[in-house]
Amino acid sequence: MGGLYALFATGLTLIFGVMRLVNIGHGDLIVLAAFLGLAVVEATGIDPFLSLIIVVPVMAALGYGLQRGLFNLTLGRDILPPLLVSFGLSIIIQNLLLEIFSADSRKLQVGALETASIRLADNLAIGVLPLIVFLCAIAVILGLQVVFYRTTLGRAFRATSDDQQTAQLMGIDNRHLYGLAMAIALGVVAIAGIFLGVRTNFDPSIGPARLIYAFEAVIIGGLGSLWGTLAGGVVLGVAQSIGAKLDPGWQLLAGHLAFLAVLLIRPRGLFPRAYD
Amino acid sequence: MSLLETRGLTGFYGDFQALFGIDAVVDAGETVAIIGANGAGKSTFLRAIVGQVAASREAVSFDGEPIGGLPAHHIVRRGIALVPEGRRLFPSLSVEENLRLGAYSARPGPWSLEKVYALFPALKARRNAPGTALSGGQQQMAAIGRALMANPRLLLCDEISLGLAPIVIRDIYAALPEIQREGVAVVIVEQDINQALSVAARVYCFQEGRVSLSGEPAQLSRDAIRKAYLGV
Repeated sequence: MGGLYALFATGLTLIFGVMRLVNIGHGDLIVLAAFLGLAVVEATGIDPFLSLIIVVPVMAALGYGLQRGLFNLTLGRDILPPLLVSFGLSIIIQNLLLEIFSADSRKLQVGALETASIRLADNLAIGVLPLIVFLCAIAVILGLQVVFYRTTLGRAFRATSDDQQTAQLMGIDNRHLYGLAMAIALGVVAIAGIFLGVRTNFDPSIGPARLIYAFEAVIIGGLGSLWGTLAGGVVLGVAQSIGAKLDPGWQLLAGHLAFLAVLLIRPRGLFPRAYD
Repeated sequence: MSLLETRGLTGFYGDFQALFGIDAVVDAGETVAIIGANGAGKSTFLRAIVGQVAASREAVSFDGEPIGGLPAHHIVRRGIALVPEGRRLFPSLSVEENLRLGAYSARPGPWSLEKVYALFPALKARRNAPGTALSGGQQQMAAIGRALMANPRLLLCDEISLGLAPIVIRDIYAALPEIQREGVAVVIVEQDINQALSVAARVYCFQEGRVSLSGEPAQLSRDAIRKAYLGV
């Protein structure tokens, strides 16, 4: 589960890191991506993983459009307007999905891969699917790390995050840049959404809970750190698995307890980057 | 034709009016100083030129074209770079990354990383340090270098000697002739009159958002400057 939570949280970290925007609709966007994948799979009959080729660009384009057409209008000194708008977005997405896909629980099928596992020892095995998800999370974070620390675009992201006004003096169009950041974030959301759909059942109402997991992973890992987000996702996932082993009813509780424990011991998260 | 011309430029912060119709010109390759007391509107003037303070389109023209009130990132691309007051390096970027970001607008021209390091050798040794880990003087060099990386035709320097030791200020001003040699026009905003007068071909003195005096340094008496500066 850790890799999946890390993927949930990466988009959130990215958006917060670049534009100090807390996106309440993040969980619902993940579910939207899952349904988009479902629609693509049902329409074309291709493998859910292949549907990423379509879902990722569509979500990225949606992200750019949302940012330019909606969130950019709300960004300013006050952090409340974007928060409220994203809350509204969350409700709109939930109801649109309900209207189009009904409240039925759905799932993306990948056949035998769902239950395949690799035996490591007599009583220890890891599922192939979770492994794929985890490797994918690492690849995504590695990729983002390269973009952020090795490219002009990444420098522009970091500079804008530091000091938006001075960044404009460098010739950076911050509105366009925010659009790109949201596009990348929703590209990651698309991957997270498809994996969510493959791992578990989903319906239009589960977005907010995904948001909570994403938030917890971000906070556990430390705000603004991508690797921290991965660590946060793993901590959360492992805690939930251990909880579920003890008693199936304790799964969610164990995750939340781990989150609270980290907050108590290290209020800034495990790997904090932002000190402002 | 002058490189930069402002006509009746006004500037506001909300309801507060900071500039009351500034007429000023800067010719290509010329160095102009703007002096004045705190709150005289010097910084606002620069910020209105680069698009950080709203201005009417016709109030600022650059290279014969009206540019007043264009977004800041458009104005850099036309060739005006500002070294902002307080340096404003990006803390999460290294010195070299700060410099590279200065070239974001990708204007062609003589300035490159090597050339900036040649101008300010102190920066090369600290190229991988975070921008804010440098001493004040080195930070100011980095901020100037960052602006030069945009290959501007007009370089605006806001209070580059503020908070620096005299010896450091001298080092920074020593770089000015090299910058001028590349044909860059420079506007220097200073509170320190002597520093400004020693390098500028012409000087404007601001007082409460208006030009109170202008001319060539040699032809202005100390008395006239004091009056224009302080208003007494």
